[in-house]
Amino acid sequence: MTQHAITLDVDGERYELAVEARRLLSDVLRDLGRTGVHVGCEHGVCGACTVQVDGAPMRACLLFAVQLEGQAIRTVAALGDNGGLDGLQQAFHDVHGLQCGFCTPGLLMTLDALLRERAELDEATIREVVSGHLCRCTGYDNIVEAVQLALRRRAKAA
Amino acid sequence: MKPRGFTYHQPKTLDEALGLLAASDDAAVLAGGQSLVPMMNARLASPEIVVDINRLASLDAVRIEGDRLVVGALVRHESLIGHPLVQERLPLLSSMAETIAHWPIRTRGTIGGSLVHADPAAQWPLAAVLLEAEIELQSQGNARRIDAADFFEGALSTTLAAGELLTAIRFRLPSAGHGAAFRLLTRRPGDYAIAMAACVVEADRPRRLAIGGVEPRPLDRSGALDGLTTVPEMIEAACREVTPMDDPRAPADYRRRVLAQLVGDCLAEALRGQAS
Repeated sequence: MTQHAITLDVDGERYELAVEARRLLSDVLRDLGRTGVHVGCEHGVCGACTVQVDGAPMRACLLFAVQLEGQAIRTVAALGDNGGLDGLQQAFHDVHGLQCGFCTPGLLMTLDALLRERAELDEATIREVVSGHLCRCTGYDNIVEAVQLALRRRAKAA
Repeated sequence: MKPRGFTYHQPKTLDEALGLLAASDDAAVLAGGQSLVPMMNARLASPEIVVDINRLASLDAVRIEGDRLVVGALVRHESLIGHPLVQERLPLLSSMAETIAHWPIRTRGTIGGSLVHADPAAQWPLAAVLLEAEIELQSQGNARRIDAADFFEGALSTTLAAGELLTAIRFRLPSAGHGAAFRLLTRRPGDYAIAMAACVVEADRPRRLAIGGVEPRPLDRSGALDGLTTVPEMIEAACREVTPMDDPRAPADYRRRVLAQLVGDCLAEALRGQAS
């Protein structure tokens, strides 16, 4: 099939690529070394592949890479400060917001976008947002707690 | 799974898009892709040509025209939630949008895509029927408007003709001071509804009630409410002559009971919300 020449902006780096139109963003990102983009269900249900496109969380398995010329794509590899964990990641670590870790990158990208938009969140809102991601280890309670911990620490530091 | 190969076009103008659709008998329009791409990944859909309309900025607009709220096909679910015109004139649409799937789906999925996909339990087909919407369709050298009631044929089936693109939906704006409500039941947040109901109550017009997720297409049940005064009578009338879909997770008799509850809650809330 025809190859399309595209320029992708991934985690602030520019990539000149030739891709078939049918290539999913999730697969193209993994080929670029972004193996934190986890591929689970490939129909948008599990949320493991969630990345940010121009700041908004989206399923990478429901986008074709060829569509995204000129848009800023952000994966879990962009999180963290100087090689360390950022506030949300540290909170996940501290209160066991993960076990096997398969769902974690997707959750982090959705929750990172949420924390950028909102200074305060009630538990119901956090649970509603988290419900867009399947996690079979934690039972979600620790994920919700991690978000609340990250919010508290951020408020304290401000 | 991965999609089969296809020829990809990303038109920059509406004319270009309509030309591409006219030239192929196996073209799929790609808007948000939140239904089309899963089907392509599973190879339930394998179009030869994909026409990506995401660069058609003219379709990404919300405006008021007389007594109509006109929403472009490319408007994302998420952007309707907080849209000032929607919040001011038709907040019902905001509360419906909030219940669509999950945030990372709503940021991409579009109203036009949802209407054309015509899932029996999707929110926008229900809103279209409830609010007596007109649907704008364009094809090369032609444009028409069709009433929502004539657009939805059945599950995943509409009267969209070959070569046509849905460009906008025109909801009728209820008068100021109207009451409105929407209810749905899902097993988990973001799932397709087992049943849903929406209604609008205005001082100077007959009450409007529509139900979704129950039969293969959204149903306008407003006529059943004529002349009735109490909510229990209205529930009974609205649910009579409805043949609920039947599946193992939501048998027909269960769906009917859920529907009755939702219709009652909806009517009660809309009647309370109406400015006296």
